[in-house]
Amino acid sequence: MFYRENGQFKTSYRADQQIFPIAQDRIALALLLAVAFLVVPMLASDYFYRAILIPLVIMSMAALGVNILVGYCGQISLGSGAFMAVGAYGAFNFFVRFPGMPLIPALILGGLCATFFGILFGLPSLRVKGLYLAVATLAAQFFSDWMFLRIKWFTNNSDSGSVSVNNLQVLGMSIDSAVSKYLFCLTLLVIVALLAKNLVRGAIGREWMAIRDMDVAAAVIGIRPMYAKLSAFAVSSFIIGMAGALWAFVHLSAWEPAAFSVEISFRLLFMVIIGGMGSIMGAFFGATFIVVLPIFLNQFLPALAGLFGFEISTAAVSHAELMIFGALIVWFLIVEPHGLAKLWSIGKQKLRLWPFPH
Amino acid sequence: MKLSKIVIAATVVVAGAASLSTSALAQAKEQFFPLLSYRTGPYAPNGTPWANGKQDYLKMINARDGGINGVKLTFEECETGYATDRGVECYERLKSKPGVALFDPQATGITFALTEKAPVDKIPLMTLGYGLSVAQDGMAFKWNFPLMGSYWTGADILIQHIGKGLGGMDKLKGKKIALVYHDSPFGKEPIPLLQERSKMHGFELQMLPVTAPGVEQKATWLQVRQSRPDYVLLWGWGVMNSTALKEAQATGFPREKMYGVWWAGAEPDVRDVGEGAKGYHALALNGSGTQPKVIQDILKNVHDKGQGTGPKDEVGSVLYTRGVIIQMLGVEGVRRAQERFGKGKVMTGEQVRWGLENLALDQKKLDAMGFNGVMRPLSTSCADHMGSTWARVQTWDGKKWDIGADWYQADEQILKPMVKAGSEKYMSDKKLTRRDTADCQS
Repeated sequence: MFYRENGQFKTSYRADQQIFPIAQDRIALALLLAVAFLVVPMLASDYFYRAILIPLVIMSMAALGVNILVGYCGQISLGSGAFMAVGAYGAFNFFVRFPGMPLIPALILGGLCATFFGILFGLPSLRVKGLYLAVATLAAQFFSDWMFLRIKWFTNNSDSGSVSVNNLQVLGMSIDSAVSKYLFCLTLLVIVALLAKNLVRGAIGREWMAIRDMDVAAAVIGIRPMYAKLSAFAVSSFIIGMAGALWAFVHLSAWEPAAFSVEISFRLLFMVIIGGMGSIMGAFFGATFIVVLPIFLNQFLPALAGLFGFEISTAAVSHAELMIFGALIVWFLIVEPHGLAKLWSIGKQKLRLWPFPH
Repeated sequence: MKLSKIVIAATVVVAGAASLSTSALAQAKEQFFPLLSYRTGPYAPNGTPWANGKQDYLKMINARDGGINGVKLTFEECETGYATDRGVECYERLKSKPGVALFDPQATGITFALTEKAPVDKIPLMTLGYGLSVAQDGMAFKWNFPLMGSYWTGADILIQHIGKGLGGMDKLKGKKIALVYHDSPFGKEPIPLLQERSKMHGFELQMLPVTAPGVEQKATWLQVRQSRPDYVLLWGWGVMNSTALKEAQATGFPREKMYGVWWAGAEPDVRDVGEGAKGYHALALNGSGTQPKVIQDILKNVHDKGQGTGPKDEVGSVLYTRGVIIQMLGVEGVRRAQERFGKGKVMTGEQVRWGLENLALDQKKLDAMGFNGVMRPLSTSCADHMGSTWARVQTWDGKKWDIGADWYQADEQILKPMVKAGSEKYMSDKKLTRRDTADCQS
C-alpha cells in the first residue's frame, strides 16, 4: 500500500538513471541518513560509539570493498586483512614521515598503497580462479603478516612492532571525541558507498558482473578480463585499505600487525557471504551481523541466565557465544544462501504486493 | 523465506539494541574492579588461574575485612580471548561503571591500545610483569604501571644469571644465545635490552621468532639444531611454552640450557611435558604454594565457604598467586589513595593513580598482609612506576618448581638510559611534554 511505485513515471533519461528510482527508497534513505547523522549523536552513549558504532561503520566500509571483489567480480579473496594492513601501515608511514601531513590525504595515500598491493596480488587472478585464487590471495595475507612484523622500516623502527598515532585533525577540527570519530567515519562511509553504488551500476560494474557470471562469455563479447579483474582488485583494495587505515587510526589508535591477521580476512569474507554477495546493502547487513552479534550475545546471555536465577561464568558465555554464532551462520546459509540482503529484497517484494498478494 | 521469519529476525535485532543500552544502576560506596580476562582461546590454560586469583583476592578482602575501610569491592569480568579489539570493547564497556579503580589489561597487545585511551579517561593501567618496558618512566607515562618488572628487567636478570653460572659476566664473550620468542610485541619487547647486553659482553644473539600462537615450531628448532646456541631464552606464553619444551626434547637440546621468562614458568607450561622438561629454568616473579598466609586466608574465607573461583587445588599455583599479587597491589593502591583523599570513600581513577604512585610496601607490611616469601618489598614513586625489579630463577625438577635462593635485581645502569631514551622518543613522537614535579602531587 505504501510501498508501490504506481504513478511514478520517468520522463527523462536523467530520472530513469537515478541511483534510487523509487520515491519511497529516496525518502527512506534520507530518513536513515538523518537518523545516522543527527539522531544517533543525540542518543548514543560513549560505549555505544566506541564499542559498536565506530567498528560497525569501519567494518561496513571494509565489507563493501570485499563485496566489490568477491560479490561483484567473483574473485574470491582471503587477503582482505592484508589490504587493510597495507592501508593502515601505508597511511601511518605517510602520516609520521611527512611533518604536517593532514589526515585525509594520509588515509587516501594509504588506500593507494593498498591499491598497488591489491593489483600486485590480483595478478594471479588472470590465470587461476575460484578456490585456487583464494589460496593465492591467502599468500598476500601471510606476506603482509611477515612484512610488517619483520621489516622495521614500515613500523618506523619501533622495537616491538607496535605503532600508534595521535592528534588526529581534519581541517583544524580535532578527531578525539567519540562523536567526532563516528561522524568522520560515517561521512567517509557514505561517500564511499555512493561512489561504489555508482561504479557497480555503471559500465565497469557490468563488466565485473559479466566476468563473475561467465568469464569466457564476457571475453567473447569484448570485455577484457585483465582490465576488469585488475580494476576490481584496485577499487576493492583501495576501499579496504581506507577502511584499514580508519580501523587503525580512529578505532584502535595503537596497533600491531596481529590486528590485521588472517582472522580478519575470514571475518570480512563471512560478512560478504552472510550479508549477501553482490549487493551494496549486503555489506552493511553482514558487517552488522558479524560485529554486533557476538557483543550482543556476550551481554545478553548473562542477562538471560540471570532472568532464570543462575549465573554463568565468562568462559561459558564465551563458548556459548561461539556456538550460537556458528549455528546462526549455518542456519542463515541454509535458509537463505543469498544472504541477508536477499531477505531484504524479498521483504520489499512482499511489500509491493501487500495487502493483495497473488 | 516467510515474512514471519523476517519479523523474528527483526525482533532479535531490536531486543539486542535494547539490552545493550541498559545502563548500570548507580551504586554507592562500592569500588569497582573491572577484570579483563581470557578463559578461552589458545592462552586459556594460563589465563584462567591468573583470572581466578584476581577474583578470589577481591572476594577474600570483602569476606575478611569487609572491603577497604568499609568500602565494598565489586568486580565484573569481561572475556577478551587475548584479542585486542575485544579487549578494547571490554574496556569501553566497563570504564564508565561507577567507582572504577584501575584496569589490568592482561595482554600486551591490549595494553598498547589502552595506553592511548587511559590518559583521556584518566584511569590507571596496571601491567604487572608485562606491557611497555619504557612505561617505567612515570614522568612520561603518567597512567601506566608496569609494577614489579618489565620484559627488560626480566631479560637483564636472565643474562645476569647465565653470566653468574658461567663464573662471571666476562665469560659470556663468544657465547651464542638464541631468543625463541612469540612473534608479537610481547615477544619482541626484550630484544633492545638483549642487544645492549650483547654489545656489552660480546655474546652473539640469535633471534628465532615463532608465529602466534606458537604451536608450529618445527622450523625454529631446526634452526636451533643447526646453529647450536649455548643457551636458549624462551619468550613464550600459553601453548607455545609446552610446545617449545617438547620440541627441545625432540631436538635433543638440553633443557638445562633453556631459560624462560616468568610467563613461561608456571605449571601449565611444564605439566604436560613432565619429566621431559626436567632441568628447564624460568624466571620466578613471585613465590607459589599454599603456605603463605594470604593463600590460607583465601582458602579459609572464600574456598571453604564454597565461593571460590575455579578449582580449589589450583589455589596457590604460580599464576594464581600472581593474580593475587596483582589484585593486592590494586587494592593497596586504593587503600593508599584513601589515606590521602579520605578513608571510607570511593576513589576515582585519578586518586587511585596517586595511590599506585605512592605505594610503600616494606617487609613488615608484606608480612602483615601474609605475603611473606611471595614477593619482595615494593615502593613506587612519581618517576618510578615499577617499584621493584627483583626476581628469582626457578628450575623444574619434573614434578614441581624449585625456586632458587638468589634474588636478582636488574641493572639500573643499563636500564635507566634505555628507559629514558625510549620515553623521550615516545614523547617526541607524540609531541607530549614531560610531567613536572608539581604534577606529582596531584
